[in-house]
Amino acid sequence: MSNFFDKSDLSRKDADKIVSDTLQNCDDGELYLEDTKSESILLDDNKIKSSSYSSDLGFGFRAITGEVVAYSHSNEISKDSLKKSSENLKSTLKSMKGTYNHDISRSNKKFYEDINPLEQKTLNSKLEVLNKVNEYLRKKDNSVKQVTTSFAGEQKSIEIIRSGGEVLTDVRPLIRFNVSVMLEKNGRKETGVYGIGGRQSYDEYLKNDNWKTVCEEAFRIASVNLESKPAPAGEMKVVLGPGWPAILIHEAIGHGLEGDFNRKKTSAFHDLMGQKVASEGVTIVDDGTIDNRRGSLTIDDEGTPTEKTVLIENGILKNFMQDRLNARLMNTKSTGSGRRENYRHVVLPRMRNTMMLSGNQTQEEMIKSVDKGIFAVSFGGGQVDITSGKFVFNCTEAYEINNGKIGSPIKGATLIGDGPSILKEVSMVGNDMMLDPGIGTCGKAGQGVPVGVAQPSILIDKMTVGGTKL
Amino acid sequence: MVKDQEYLRSKASYCLDLAKKLGATGSSVTVGHSISETVNFRNNTLDESNRSDGLAISIETYLGKKRSSISSSNLLDDNIKTLIEKCFETTKNTPEDEFNSLPDKELLAKEIKNLNLYDETHFDNEKKIEYLKELESVASSEEKIVNTESSFTENKSNFILANSDGFCNGYKSSSFSASCVTVAKDENSMERDYEFTSKRHLSDIKSAKELGEKASEQTIRKLSPNKIGSEKISIIFDKRIAKGMLGAFAGAISSNAIARGTSFLKDKINEQIFSETINVIDKPDMNKGVGSQIFDSEGVKSDTLNLIQNGILKNYLVDTYNGKKLNLKSNGRCGGTTNLYFDNGKISFEDLLNTNSKHIYVTETIGHGSNLVTGDYSVGATGFLIENGEFKFPVNEITIAGNFKDMFKNITLASDLDFEYSVNSPTMMIEGMTVAGK
Repeated sequence: MSNFFDKSDLSRKDADKIVSDTLQNCDDGELYLEDTKSESILLDDNKIKSSSYSSDLGFGFRAITGEVVAYSHSNEISKDSLKKSSENLKSTLKSMKGTYNHDISRSNKKFYEDINPLEQKTLNSKLEVLNKVNEYLRKKDNSVKQVTTSFAGEQKSIEIIRSGGEVLTDVRPLIRFNVSVMLEKNGRKETGVYGIGGRQSYDEYLKNDNWKTVCEEAFRIASVNLESKPAPAGEMKVVLGPGWPAILIHEAIGHGLEGDFNRKKTSAFHDLMGQKVASEGVTIVDDGTIDNRRGSLTIDDEGTPTEKTVLIENGILKNFMQDRLNARLMNTKSTGSGRRENYRHVVLPRMRNTMMLSGNQTQEEMIKSVDKGIFAVSFGGGQVDITSGKFVFNCTEAYEINNGKIGSPIKGATLIGDGPSILKEVSMVGNDMMLDPGIGTCGKAGQGVPVGVAQPSILIDKMTVGGTKL
Repeated sequence: MVKDQEYLRSKASYCLDLAKKLGATGSSVTVGHSISETVNFRNNTLDESNRSDGLAISIETYLGKKRSSISSSNLLDDNIKTLIEKCFETTKNTPEDEFNSLPDKELLAKEIKNLNLYDETHFDNEKKIEYLKELESVASSEEKIVNTESSFTENKSNFILANSDGFCNGYKSSSFSASCVTVAKDENSMERDYEFTSKRHLSDIKSAKELGEKASEQTIRKLSPNKIGSEKISIIFDKRIAKGMLGAFAGAISSNAIARGTSFLKDKINEQIFSETINVIDKPDMNKGVGSQIFDSEGVKSDTLNLIQNGILKNYLVDTYNGKKLNLKSNGRCGGTTNLYFDNGKISFEDLLNTNSKHIYVTETIGHGSNLVTGDYSVGATGFLIENGEFKFPVNEITIAGNFKDMFKNITLASDLDFEYSVNSPTMMIEGMTVAGK
């Protein structure tokens, strides 16, 4: 745990006083202190290309009255700096008067341990793994022309001081291990990428020679793509594999169910609460409470314990994801979804681990039922236009389906769909729900936060596939 | 006030001295300070104010051909000391890489030209509020506009880059940016669009009225879109999307991608990759240029580069490390391009619209569908159908796809280039791409 007042002329007592004084006429707000240690070690082109370490310390001071948010942040934790921020907040809100809401729920549950993953493995043993990956892949096949592999780890300690002196803290470990391989055969080049990670030590993810599994998967994806043909263009049936393809849910549905867009009525979902937005059998939750997952949080960045929020239950829209600000303005409770990338950013309602739950059909049944369509197994990334509801994502591994059988692999194509209607096109839900391997980062308003996704195989009756073959 | 050069220099030399004392054979350090103030409006009322005050330091230490780096936002001397010790310890334990080195001394920038990158004017929050009030009242005046969000940011920054070969330079810069996002609604749909402006000097930004009008007009015309069928069709890219093609091009000619062999433009120097009419230039020394720089992030002087001349690839974007690997000299592009643009084409915007009887005019793309290894391109798109030179109706939920290798050879540019941003393009037509819709 970080002591933010150790090397500063600012004492905890001073901080308490400044916070309470600044927020006395506000509806909400807090002082958020953050200390992040992070590292990244990258092997590329047969060499350790970079080995870097970063230490980032700072505070973000927030005051809210009505709908107005005043925010000021600095990386200088001092009496002077905090006072300057306080004046800045007061000047923005000077003509407004609110009543501070002291209510914040508490929980003793923790979803990961207070470890520092950076110090749990020596530099030499990290370098050793990266070198093994490089050698293993280059020996594996002479089509391997490039290998990039990396470790990234961080420990983020936060402390939230609310008006009245209430203090909430959390220590969040996070690691990621990544392998990317490029193959070249008959003049064609293709890349395969795979990674794993979460909120435990590096070694937890590397045990049983798991690094080999990651290498094999990256190699397999690249090999499949070497044989790929141009993708078809037009509307057709799409079978999505389990796990990571749930970023479809994240883009198509998830963002549209974040509280801010609905309070502002800019989401295509804002007037659909209680209505049928998905086929029967489709249940989607956003869960911050799964042990050690990349998207899990013991408390969110406002101090609210996270929870499992049911978004869509058997096709019916049940809840939005809320931070304190949007919950207050929409007369509901925070769902523990208030997140920020770091102290430089304001809190926004965000996803944690977004999951579609299992149904009772099999992937085999889905494939068999399709005359002409595609089977998408893995994706690069996606994006959504919240207002029009249109979303896209890019396939990194996909196959044609012809007459109920999986055919040739196809080149990376973009799939495009309409958020509010896509889940009504889901005609089969598989019994094979899987979590993603722990690699997702979600971007919103310039802020990236770690997230998770999960889903079973699903069959979508109609989606536009953005290939080149007519 | 943003910290002065003297303060940043003293921090930088403290680091260099310490690294030397520890036994580093070389080191470089960047110290920067930046203050920015943002005001956000929503539906004609104040929504958020945000003040950001950030110091940052990053240090690289060398021991022969071994290198590692650290960065921090905590500039207290004892913290820096701990970090440099840690950095050098890591350096000692990192394997050698023969290409690691500080930049060649003779390539370092010697003269600091004044490019007018700093405007000391302070546009205080009250004035930002005035600007946004006017902007939003204009933007929301049309009945169909149901939501407006706008923002004004003023940024001032200063930095010093110093290395153990005696380089020590830096300069102040500023930026003033405003943006407006509007949502329009009719009985069939809800659509969003935007407009923004960003300049080094306050007096050069677009007026609140112009910004508001444009955002509102661009949003309303997207209402009640249709989906169209799948076909091969000529596509016209609005300037704001056309410049994205340059982004992909710049990524593919970065010396990093070339040295790693992961670019579809590897080994294409002196080959025809665009049609003969195309010229691409990267010009670092534009007066008040949004992307202007005097030297790159290693201190290497950057000169104007003709990247594409009459369709032929002339240069990669080279930094020190990858330059050594490729046996090329750094051309001051560590950190990428500066002010990058396509030179004007020969025909007017109107004539471009009339080159074919039917086009899709794309105003927005979504998704990350550029593969720089293979050149494959596939993204979601929104725009308009143009028939006989006229805008017929808005189109959405389509994708456009092709391969950069073919797309680059089929580009026709209009003659309407402006220097609004750090990457700029005239309106662009590409023939032979596939649209996927119904």
